[in-house]
Amino acid sequence: MTKPVLQVKGLHKSFGALQATKNVSLDLKPNEIHALIGPNGAGKSTLIGQIAGWITPDSGSIILDGEDVTGETVASRSQKGLGRSFQVSSLAMEVSARRNVMLSVQASQGSSFRFWGQIKSDRDLRETAGHWLVKVGLSGREDVAVSELSHGERRQVEVACALALKPKALLLDEPMAGLGPTGSVQLTEFLEEIRPEIPILLIEHDMDAVFRLADRITVLVGGAAILSGSVDEIRASALVREAYLGEEA
Amino acid sequence: MQVTDTAPKPVTGFKFNREGATNVAVMAVLLALPLWASSVGEDYYVNLASLITIFAIAGVGLNFAIGQGGMVSFGHAAFFGIGGYTAGIAAFHSFEETLFMSVPFAISGTNQMLIIWVVAMALCGLAALAIGAISLRTEGVYFIMITLAFAQMIYYFAISWPTYGGEDGLSIYLRNQIGAVDTDHALTFFLICFGLLLAAIFVSARLSGSRFGAALGTARMNETRLATSGINPFPIKLTGFIISAMITGLAGALFAELNGFVGPSMLSWHRSGEIMVFVILGGVGRLYGPVIGASLFVLLETYIGEWTEHWQLLLGFALLGVVLFARGGVMGLIAGRARHD
Amino acid sequence: MTAALIFEQIINGLQFGLTLFLMAAGLTLVFGVMGLINLAHGSLYMVGAFCCAWVTQQTGSFWLGLGGGVIGAAAAGALIEALVIRRLYDRDHLDQVLATFALILIFSEGTRMVFGSMPLYLNIPNALTGTVALPGVEAYPLYRLFIILAAIAVALLLYALISKTRLGMRIRAGESDREMIAALGVDIKTLYTIVFALGAAIAGLSGALVGALRSVQVGMGEPVLILAFVVIVIGGIGSIKGALIGSILIGLVDTLGRIFLPVILKFFMENSSANSVGAALSSMLIYLMMAGILAVKPKGLFNASN
Repeated sequence: MTKPVLQVKGLHKSFGALQATKNVSLDLKPNEIHALIGPNGAGKSTLIGQIAGWITPDSGSIILDGEDVTGETVASRSQKGLGRSFQVSSLAMEVSARRNVMLSVQASQGSSFRFWGQIKSDRDLRETAGHWLVKVGLSGREDVAVSELSHGERRQVEVACALALKPKALLLDEPMAGLGPTGSVQLTEFLEEIRPEIPILLIEHDMDAVFRLADRITVLVGGAAILSGSVDEIRASALVREAYLGEEA
Repeated sequence: MQVTDTAPKPVTGFKFNREGATNVAVMAVLLALPLWASSVGEDYYVNLASLITIFAIAGVGLNFAIGQGGMVSFGHAAFFGIGGYTAGIAAFHSFEETLFMSVPFAISGTNQMLIIWVVAMALCGLAALAIGAISLRTEGVYFIMITLAFAQMIYYFAISWPTYGGEDGLSIYLRNQIGAVDTDHALTFFLICFGLLLAAIFVSARLSGSRFGAALGTARMNETRLATSGINPFPIKLTGFIISAMITGLAGALFAELNGFVGPSMLSWHRSGEIMVFVILGGVGRLYGPVIGASLFVLLETYIGEWTEHWQLLLGFALLGVVLFARGGVMGLIAGRARHD
Repeated sequence: MTAALIFEQIINGLQFGLTLFLMAAGLTLVFGVMGLINLAHGSLYMVGAFCCAWVTQQTGSFWLGLGGGVIGAAAAGALIEALVIRRLYDRDHLDQVLATFALILIFSEGTRMVFGSMPLYLNIPNALTGTVALPGVEAYPLYRLFIILAAIAVALLLYALISKTRLGMRIRAGESDREMIAALGVDIKTLYTIVFALGAAIAGLSGALVGALRSVQVGMGEPVLILAFVVIVIGGIGSIKGALIGSILIGLVDTLGRIFLPVILKFFMENSSANSVGAALSSMLIYLMMAGILAVKPKGLFNASN
């Protein structure tokens, strides 16, 4: 039995009377893509917020590579190997894709309290960032301002930023959203490619992509994980069809 | 807290573009005028240039917080004033030959500028550490109001603390010294200020281009990105705030020397607003913007002030015009939107 | 140190706090609905005081003056909203701070041009001179009591307006979701102008009321503005309830601190230094309190948007 890279144990979170997360437990094992699906309002955002560190859970714990990170900041979780992309991409828009990735490279290399050396002439920093951008398929677009990139390209930049931190697990929040058909296919291939190196917790609305990519699927409804299983099991489940697929159709 | 999308990356060094050309021209004029004025014996204009230079340093300090770090501090008068009072109090004890404090160890006054500068910057750094540690837990409009409130606290403290003149302030009877240099000579003092302005700009540019600067700039543009990249925004911003305060504090110490006087007005919230005006008139985030802003401000005050005592009315309209219709300040008008690499 | 003195100071603190509330209410309302930080709110306070003084001089009636102060400030508020403030709603806070700072310069210099630099004095109307006996205090100035009652009346009216009327419903909707009220077909421009003028009117009332207690002069609104900022930072921006509680807290702490801190310090040090340390410390007290509260609750006691 392989040890999970990321474990979520008995997570609870309420906002006033609203129970947004009810006793959610799930894990992510090496070499797998674990998809998290659920209708709108199922509490996916709140759950991701807690895993990434923006929201503090009321109870429960989050364990990254054997270490309890429940009380850690967002920055420290990123440092410890939790990479992520956002539903609406969150980058420094005014500067180039390279500059965005350089920041992650700089963080992975250690302290940002270096005041004198100029990053403009730091070849190692620039080239390492460039390497990750090429890896996600943005060759030739490295020095374009993020504000001029397409939605799909911005998502690629985010993934490059995450990869530059050498993550142990990736948390991708609706990476397919806003991508055209070609973009989706490319991203699907890319995720297939990195799966052996970095396991992925994938939150996704695009059911085709989920069924194609996922090794396991967990269904979140009303804040609770109602079902977890293989693609075939989820496809076959009447419960899911009723709670989720039924709604979508 | 996000400063507009127009907030540019500072241009390091001079480049052959309109911004670079403007920078060279402004600095050349600022240097040439007092040289000429001094040669014809018009020390009044030399001192005016010193005032511009000192205000510009204060602006460079605040510009580092706003333009680089996106921290809209409305309380930088606190640091300007602390710098000023450091010079004033040191000179006071040096002149009276008394001790600043005797327990737990004796500290006397000094008339050595270099020591005063270091102490002034250190004290401003400490004050910024305390103010920033609380203010930076908040963001946006809270940050503006809290920095304003803390500056006001120090203002009231200065007013109600009688030892150093309270409301009346404190005179510096003899300008402080640097070794054998004649700091009383107007041109010499200007050149000292001008050198410090260049140093402040240079340090600000180096820091902005460093790894720290990249992190601080990202804190302005998108704090979520900074945290997601594994860098905790709080210590980065706090450090940026402290550096900014230290530069403005240095300007305060020079201001007190120039006037031979330090009083609570250095700490007033109007002063905070004025330092902000230097930054905005010139263009937020432009390395040399505060030089332009401070020049315009001082010239407006001096020449329109001669013509009408209600010059602040015109300043108000000018400022309103810049904010509403000329975003990016004067440098924005001259050089257009800044480019990024 | 008698019980009567303590009690009187508590009432004074309450009175100071409630006048602060009149300032803070408008500020926090404008921030809550329009997301605007308005430094020129202190200028509207000043405009109210000057209009009140002028109308009182012309007509001889303080009551007409008071009406003039409220109307004058509301009109000034509506005017700057239409000309300047409206362009700032979509701007970042830096632009808002600078533009409203510019308005302060314009208002202050403009007022100085019209009325000169000398302060004006407003007399307390005859009906409100003299003192009244309150429980615990033999002779409390009637006018101060009037300010307390007037401020409480305004607070109640404001509460009724916001919780019970159509306008109030729209204001509340505007606080929670700007797009929604636009979708409801509410004329948002007019709503914003009304809210801004309402805040201005209350600030003007406050200025006029306090003007008779002190003097009416250029710059009188600025210390009050900064205290009002402290109030809403403590109370939580956008929360009227927070503004009320924060105001009273500040009023009491400031007033009582100034009186009692030197007295308390005399137990620990000699008289003269107790007085000077006490004065310096009490002038910082509310800011230290703000720092303390923010250290625990960075978004204030009653944050509206959480």
